[in-house]
Amino acid sequence: MRRYFARKLLVYALTFVVAVTVNWMIPRFMPGDPVAAMVARARVSQPEAAEAMRTYYNNLFGFDEPLWQQYLHFWGALLQGDFGISIWVFPTPVGDVLLDALPYTLALMIPSVLLSWFVGNWIGALSARRKVLDNTVLPAGYLLTAMPYMWIAVILAWALGAKAGWFPLSGGYSLDIQPGWNADFVLDALHHWVLPFLSLFLVALGGWAIGMRNMIIYELESDYSSYLAALGAPQRLIRRYAFRNAVLPQVTGLALQLGVLVAGALVTEIVFAYPGLGSLILASIQNQDFFLLQGAFLFIVIGVLIANFLIDIVYVVVDPRTRTGMAGGTS
Amino acid sequence: MSTLPEPVPETAVTAEPPAARPGSEWLHYAVRNPKLIIGAVVVAVLLAVGLVGPMLLDNGNPNEYVGPQASAPDGTYWMGTTTFGQDVYAQFVHGLRATFLVGVVGGAIAAVIAMLVGFIAGYRGGLVDEVLNMLTNVVLVIPALAVLLIINAYMGVRSVAVQGLFIGLTSWPWAARAIRAQTFSLRTREFVDLARLSGSGTWRIVFREIAPNMSSYLFMMFILLFGGSILIASSLDFIGLGPTEGVSLGLMLQSAQQWSALQLGMWWWFVPPGAGITAIVGALYVANVGLDEVFNPKLRES
Repeated sequence: MRRYFARKLLVYALTFVVAVTVNWMIPRFMPGDPVAAMVARARVSQPEAAEAMRTYYNNLFGFDEPLWQQYLHFWGALLQGDFGISIWVFPTPVGDVLLDALPYTLALMIPSVLLSWFVGNWIGALSARRKVLDNTVLPAGYLLTAMPYMWIAVILAWALGAKAGWFPLSGGYSLDIQPGWNADFVLDALHHWVLPFLSLFLVALGGWAIGMRNMIIYELESDYSSYLAALGAPQRLIRRYAFRNAVLPQVTGLALQLGVLVAGALVTEIVFAYPGLGSLILASIQNQDFFLLQGAFLFIVIGVLIANFLIDIVYVVVDPRTRTGMAGGTS
Repeated sequence: MSTLPEPVPETAVTAEPPAARPGSEWLHYAVRNPKLIIGAVVVAVLLAVGLVGPMLLDNGNPNEYVGPQASAPDGTYWMGTTTFGQDVYAQFVHGLRATFLVGVVGGAIAAVIAMLVGFIAGYRGGLVDEVLNMLTNVVLVIPALAVLLIINAYMGVRSVAVQGLFIGLTSWPWAARAIRAQTFSLRTREFVDLARLSGSGTWRIVFREIAPNMSSYLFMMFILLFGGSILIASSLDFIGLGPTEGVSLGLMLQSAQQWSALQLGMWWWFVPPGAGITAIVGALYVANVGLDEVFNPKLRES
């Protein structure tokens, strides 16, 4: 078990280094002169902002230093939590801008990912048992999982928001309400949260249901199921064993799907102008605010790494093979 | 969202020598598999529309201002027009073309990398395997879209092909891992030992003995990579990092979103592109399930 975690942590540390390095390299090795382009394209109205940008870039890129020194400086700034100054909301530090948006993204992602996983597993397990249910779950599951996240978001917004008028079409809360911990704000925020949550939940649900159904069917065909059946064990017991074994790949699948789920959350936020990281990324691209974009990139990478590690811990709990040092845990 | 391929148990790797009976049995089941037929037909029809549709249009530029602004579908403009008087149907057929292109380029590049990494890691084992595994795991953990965001944002001019290339470079890990596991189980089979004893080199064994035995699996993997590539591309386009020239289904969705088609109730602007993407990817997945049943006798419904 210690070896298992050690290996995992090594992969995550390496990944982080690679991600930061990519973040550092791309502006430097892309064709063209990013500094000039950025200062020109930012069209900053305030002269002091433009000046600050230039000095900041020059410090950041430090073109007069050798490359390795630039690289070390980059790491130094990063480890002090310095992501640079946002151009779009000058002169707020990028870290602050991102931290303000983070709760909204987490509020969307955590419930939708977990709920879709649980409900999807449950539906999938049920449909593996009943032919009638299977014939509806399977096509519906494939349809949902093939839908682009932003499109289901647009369709839901159109049907339930624009047509039916049940939910607001955009924003994280009404403009006439101050964010704060009071009943008015919480209810209003929930009202705005329903549609983005629903679009994420539905698309992910399809994938989990299909995956679980296939795994259960596969487990029920395995030797131990036949053996149990031959022993005269009740169907319910065999199903319980099959379910427990089928959940393992689903946990691994959760780790594999994280990137896709994050991507889905980002585009869904854009559809609803939900004030999370996705909308910030859109704003940073439209305003050529590369610091904000790169900061968002690092935030996402760190978030995915943390989530991966949590899933690893869960995996150790549900799969005894990882604890006994036998082969297991494929991720 | 790309669903993971069903894990193929070892026994499912049909270990019959290639071209023993030239596919007759598979063909027999293939033409009788409704899932495969339906999926393949839908994909083929959309592909045909994407290939032929643009040629039948009067002008080559789908973004040109051609008619009345924001009009609903009618006899002249089959899918209506945008706020700027662009023909949605023209954009749609051109967009289909771009979507298939990004799927093919991204899927093919990802498949090639996955095969290289998976075969070598699975066949050689040892230190090579360790290093490649580490690489696979690192790329796997990094969220692909996040990397693509950064790369695309810094690229001044973007094309569909380059977008496909970068998608391919980031979406291969799960496939590489699956191929590695398959190769691992095939490596110890008698026919591979025999080839090794008779002095065949690594490459020859991998491509003449191992790969043909997983050909059905590799093909199914390519389909999933193809579909996944399309979905990632549509997300990128929607965020505003799509191709800077021409049109794609994701770009159509982006402009519909940007110009408030939703608030204006212009459903003909945002329904077709999303429906097109969903139809292509969904049909691919369904055809894939059909293929699985054809290649895998255990799954056939008697």
